[in-house]
Amino acid sequence: MKADRSSVAQQASTPLEVVSLVSLGQHPVSGRLRRAEQDARALELCLALERQSAPGAVSLSAWHASGSEIITGSEQDQALRGYLGMGLEALTLVTPNTLEAVDSQAAAIDQPVIDVWPLLVARLKQVAPQLVVCGGQGETGEGSGLLPHLLAESLGWPLVEGIVAIESCDGEQLIALQALPRGQRRRLRVKLPALVSVDSAAPAARQSAFGQARRGELAAVASGELAHDVLAEAFSVAPARKRPKRLKRIKATSARDRFKAAAAKAEGGGGKRLEGVSAEEGAAEILKLLREEGVLR
Amino acid sequence: MTIPVDPQATEHPHPSEREPLPRRDPRLEQQARNRLHPQHLSALQALGRGAAAPQERWMGPKGVMRRNPHVGHFIAANGRKRIDRSGRSGPAAVGAGQPAVVAKARVLPLVEIASPAFLIAVVPDMTGGRLSSHDRDVLGLARQIADADPAHQGAVLAVTFGTLREEGDAADSVGLGAAGADRWLHFADILHDGYAPLAQLAELEAIDGKLTPRLWLLPESRTGGGERGRRLGARLLCQGDALARPSGNAYQLDGELAAIGRGELAEVNVTGRSGNGQQDLTRALTRIVLCEAECAEPVEDVRHAALPLEWEPASAARAVPDVIEDLGPVAVDPSAIALGEAEFILSAGNGIRDWDGFHRAASLLGATEGASRVAVDDGFMPRARQVGATGTWVTARVYVAVGISGAIQHLQGIQRCDKVVTINTDGGCDMVKRADLSVIGDAGAILASLCQQLEAERSAGGDGPSVGQAPAALATSSSTSSSTSSATLAADAA
Repeated sequence: MKADRSSVAQQASTPLEVVSLVSLGQHPVSGRLRRAEQDARALELCLALERQSAPGAVSLSAWHASGSEIITGSEQDQALRGYLGMGLEALTLVTPNTLEAVDSQAAAIDQPVIDVWPLLVARLKQVAPQLVVCGGQGETGEGSGLLPHLLAESLGWPLVEGIVAIESCDGEQLIALQALPRGQRRRLRVKLPALVSVDSAAPAARQSAFGQARRGELAAVASGELAHDVLAEAFSVAPARKRPKRLKRIKATSARDRFKAAAAKAEGGGGKRLEGVSAEEGAAEILKLLREEGVLR
Repeated sequence: MTIPVDPQATEHPHPSEREPLPRRDPRLEQQARNRLHPQHLSALQALGRGAAAPQERWMGPKGVMRRNPHVGHFIAANGRKRIDRSGRSGPAAVGAGQPAVVAKARVLPLVEIASPAFLIAVVPDMTGGRLSSHDRDVLGLARQIADADPAHQGAVLAVTFGTLREEGDAADSVGLGAAGADRWLHFADILHDGYAPLAQLAELEAIDGKLTPRLWLLPESRTGGGERGRRLGARLLCQGDALARPSGNAYQLDGELAAIGRGELAEVNVTGRSGNGQQDLTRALTRIVLCEAECAEPVEDVRHAALPLEWEPASAARAVPDVIEDLGPVAVDPSAIALGEAEFILSAGNGIRDWDGFHRAASLLGATEGASRVAVDDGFMPRARQVGATGTWVTARVYVAVGISGAIQHLQGIQRCDKVVTINTDGGCDMVKRADLSVIGDAGAILASLCQQLEAERSAGGDGPSVGQAPAALATSSSTSSSTSSATLAADAA
C-alpha cells in the first residue's frame, strides 16, 4: 500500500489539516541541541502521509511552542532548523502574547519554566486541525511525555500512542498501525480530530538538508498567555547517576547451597530427551510443544 | 587455758582422706586419639568414651557446624571414602539408603489486613495475563510504603484488566497475593483485552474518586503502564488536582515513607530520569508515580490476601464514545522483527547441511531466523542474525536450536529464553543439557518432516489446529497493508 492514493485521497477543496508538534532535542552524548529524535520521526510520518496522498490533499504545518524568543543563529535556532531541512518551507513558533524577556543571566539563575500546553491548546482551538502528530517524550526539560495527554484532555480529542504508520486518513477517521512489544503491530481506527504520538519504533527520520534548513523560515505566532510552570521550577536536576545493578540474592543456608548458587549453570532443569526415534516422531513432538506455547500461527 | 584448735585440721583433711587429684594419662589419651593403635578401643573404654558412638556433627564454638569425617562417609565406587555433602544420608538415613527428604511446597504465611488506614493503588501491566518482574517490583514498592508504619498499616490495591492466566492455587490464582496485594479489583470485560485506553481511564478515575488511594503506582513500561498513568494524570490535572501530575521514570523514593500514609506527600522526594535519560530529576512526591523496573525488591516469604473487592463498573466506562477502535493484531513478517525482541526464533548452527530446507522451515513456522557464530563465520547467515554473547542476546519465548552444540557464549545469549528446543546428532552436548525438549537425530530429516507435517495439516484443515493466535481472516484482509508494515519494519530493523 505504498501509494494507494485512493484511500488517502482528500477532496482538494478541503485539505486535511495536519500539524506536527516539534521540540528541541538534545544529543545524548555531546549534549548539543538538535532536532528531537521522536519528533523528527513524527514529522517523517506526516511527510509520508503527505507524499502518499494526492497533491494538495494534505496541508502540513510544523509548530514549536516556546516561551522565549528564538534568536537567529542561536543554538535553538540551529536545532529547530533541523526540522526545516526535512523539507518544510516554514516552521511556526507558537509564543505567548507577552514574550519572556531574554535575559541570559537571570535565566541561568532561576531557570524559568514556561508551560507550553496552554499556548498550544489556544492555538489548536484557533486553527482546528484534524490531525496532530507529535513525539511521545521530549528530550530536554522534564521529558515526562505528558504534553500530548494534556492537549488531548483539554481539547477532548482522542490520543493514540506509539503509532508507526498511518495507513489511511480521510477527513473522518484515521487508520493507523500501533507498535506493540516484540515487534508486533496492531491496527487502530481513530475518529478525527485526533492526536497521535510516535515513539522510537516509528520509521527513522530522513536526513536534514542544510540548504533547505537555511532557506526555511521560522514564523512566530502569538497565542495565549504566558504561564510559568511553578512546580517544574522547584525540581532539582542533576546529571544522571548510574543506577546500581540488582544483586543476586542467595538465601542458601549451607555452604553446599551457596556453592551451587555461585557455580550454577543455566539449566533447563531436566528437559525431555528423544533418542532413537524416527524423524516424523521427533517433528511431531516439536510441533506439539510449539502449539502448547502458542507460537505457531 | 585454751584447748589448742588446729584450724587446718577441719579445713584440710589428712591426705589419705582427700579425694584423689584428677590425674591425666597422656599415654591413654594418645591411644584413644590414635584410631590405628592396637589398644585404641580399650583406651577409649578406659577413658569412658568407648560406649557412645562418635558424634557425626556438632555445633562448633563459633556457630559453625563441624563434622566428623570418620563417621559421615560412604565408600564410593572407586573404593575410597567420601563425605556425603548432599544431606541425603544424615544420621537418620545412614545405611537405610532412602532418598533425600523431598522438599515440600513451602506454604507462605498469610498476612491479612482487615481495616487498612489507607490504600496504595497499583495497576500492574499483566502482559500476557501474567505478572511481569516489573509488576512485582512495583508491588514491592507499594508494599514498602504500606508497611512503613506498623501503627498506621496501609493496604495495597491491585487493579487488573482483561483476561488473566490462572496458574497458581485456588486462593491466589494469578499470584497477586504472593506479590503483595491485599485487595484486588479485576475488570474481566473482553473489551480490556484489546486497546481500550478510554474505558480503562474511566474505571481508574472512578476508583480514584471512590476509594481515594493515597498513591497510584504504575510500571513505567511500553506495555500499558506508562500510558495509563499519564492518561489518569492528565485527566485529574485538568480537573484541577495539581498533585496528580505524574512523576515519570521514577526509581527511588527518599525520605520517611511513613509520611505517605499520613498523607504528607511533600515529606518524600522522588527521583527519576528526565531529559532523555541524561538527568536525574528530584521532586516532591506526587500522587501518581510511574516506576521503573527494579525500583524496589519484590515481596518474598509472605503471602497477602488479595481479597477481590465488590465493585460496580463505572457507568462512564460503558458510555465511552468509540473514538478509538481496535481492529486487531496485524500479521508481521517474522524476518523483519529485530532478533533481540523476537518471540519465536529458529536458529541454525554448524549441523545444518540443507540451508534451503532451514529457510523453508523458518518461513513455514513463522519463526525469526537466528544463527550460531559458526554459521555466520562460514557465510551462511548475516552477522545481524548471530545469537550469543558476541551477537544478540535474545529474549525469545521459544527458541529452537538446530544443529547447535551450545558453546558457552551461545548459551549466555539464550539465557532469557523460556523454552528451548534442540535438534542435534550429539546427545551429550551442552545444548541438550539446557534444552526443555531435545530430539537426537539428523537435523535435515527432522526439519523436512516438520515442514511436511505442517503443510499436510494446512492443506487438509484450512484453519486447523495449526492456525494459532492470528485469525486467518485478518491475515488475509490485511495482506494489502502488511506490505507497508513490513517495509516499515525492515527499515526499523535495519
